[in-house]
Amino acid sequence: MDYLIPIIFYGFAAMILISAAVVVFSKKIIYAAFALLFTFFGVAGFYVLLNADFLAITQIMIYIGGILVLIIFGVMLTTKITGVDIKEGVTSKIQKGFALLAITIIGITLLILYSNVKWVTKEFPEIKSTIIPIGNVLLTDYILAFEVASVLLLIAIVGAALIARRK
Amino acid sequence: MEQNFVNMLIENPWIAALIIVVIPLVFVVIYALIAILGELKIASFVQERLGPMRTGWKGTMQPVAEVVKLLQKEDITPDAADKPLFNLAPFLMFAAAFAGFAVIPFSPYFLPAGIELGLFYVFAIGSLGVIGLVMGGWASNNKYSLLGAMRSVAQIVSYEIPAAIAILSIATLSGSLNLNVISDNQSGWFWNWYIFGGPGPWWKILVIPFTLGLGLIYLISTLAETNRTPFDIPEGESEIVAGYHTEYSGMKFAMFFFAEYANMFIVAAILMLLFFGGWNSPFGDFLNQWWMQPVWFILKAFFWVFLTIWLRWTLPRLRVDQLMYMSWKVLLPWGFVCFFAVSLFVMLK
Repeated sequence: MDYLIPIIFYGFAAMILISAAVVVFSKKIIYAAFALLFTFFGVAGFYVLLNADFLAITQIMIYIGGILVLIIFGVMLTTKITGVDIKEGVTSKIQKGFALLAITIIGITLLILYSNVKWVTKEFPEIKSTIIPIGNVLLTDYILAFEVASVLLLIAIVGAALIARRK
Repeated sequence: MEQNFVNMLIENPWIAALIIVVIPLVFVVIYALIAILGELKIASFVQERLGPMRTGWKGTMQPVAEVVKLLQKEDITPDAADKPLFNLAPFLMFAAAFAGFAVIPFSPYFLPAGIELGLFYVFAIGSLGVIGLVMGGWASNNKYSLLGAMRSVAQIVSYEIPAAIAILSIATLSGSLNLNVISDNQSGWFWNWYIFGGPGPWWKILVIPFTLGLGLIYLISTLAETNRTPFDIPEGESEIVAGYHTEYSGMKFAMFFFAEYANMFIVAAILMLLFFGGWNSPFGDFLNQWWMQPVWFILKAFFWVFLTIWLRWTLPRLRVDQLMYMSWKVLLPWGFVCFFAVSLFVMLK
């Protein structure tokens, strides 16, 4: 089934590109929010193809289950209930020019990088699941970063609760 | 273990994959018909009436008639609705519900996708259904739909946390996220089930109150996550017509309907896989042959489906504030207590 993997890869790639284009070009912000779902989902598919199963499911859990729901909630409440239509603002010619310049520079840099970097295509051993190595590494070598991140999240939760409580 | 019986029987990987996908789909359709009949008949039993009696023997063909009726009804899309999203929502929701079946082991020889992170996957893929629900509620352009969708999301997001803690505790206890391995760990007599602390030394009785508590926490959270009574405020008929699917009719309504029943089965199956031994027979080796294990699986899962239907006709609906109080101030702290106790037990064992 080796020939299946490129088909799946290009399927996901097309899905990401099309939905990302909708996110950027859509006039209705709710379409952009829902199109983001397919972008995130496609990226999760890429992670699966790269044997990063834990990362793929975390992507779905955090980006789709958490962040996207929050975005959609925010958009829904502002457009339908208060009647305010969120649409993209008018961009001036100078802004467009700068955007074009930035895109060109980034594009050229990427092209140079792509042609100069020596891409290593190495055979790697079959990994059954990445969760056990990730767990081991997080609780041994990177314990400090892990703990700092958890304390940061705790502070964020407490802060959010405090802000929500204040009348 | 880990081996799929379809792969053993059929050489061609394409056909085997197709059959593996089709088996749960057929199962969902048949199960939904049984669940609809169960809902009708249990409701009428509780309310001391006969229920549907005309279609087939004692009305047993009623769900078939209802589904046929739904399929041939006119498909109405409201004029002011957002058409692309309105049409996409039911399919997204059903796809999310069906995707959950990928990691449900019906027997040790049938696990559609043998990924190690089954439990985590089921939990994550449920969030896709939430998006489908919001999409349907928003695109209908109806205030009842929008209110229903908002209530539903608020409820599902809140109750995900106690459910996650219950799942996390069992993952700690079993040391695996693969549902097949979790079931296998509970083989033997029913006292090896994780609701009774799992296999372990005699002093595991100390941990039994906590695992019982976790089972209860998970059961309550899943009732809320599948929008079942007493947590069915997203569909509260007396307040907001039918919630997020108010504007849907015909085939698309049937999709929502099937998705809800499929979700009900998934949470019942997870509850049963985590706490009640999965496909194992309760009586050791007695009736624990390979052909009996799927039967045990389906019987146990159906028991929990039956319980959710039974509860629907027994308990009144909670208020929104009571619902939130239940999740954040009752289930969550007790969930943490149980989690600490279970972790301590695992460390000492």
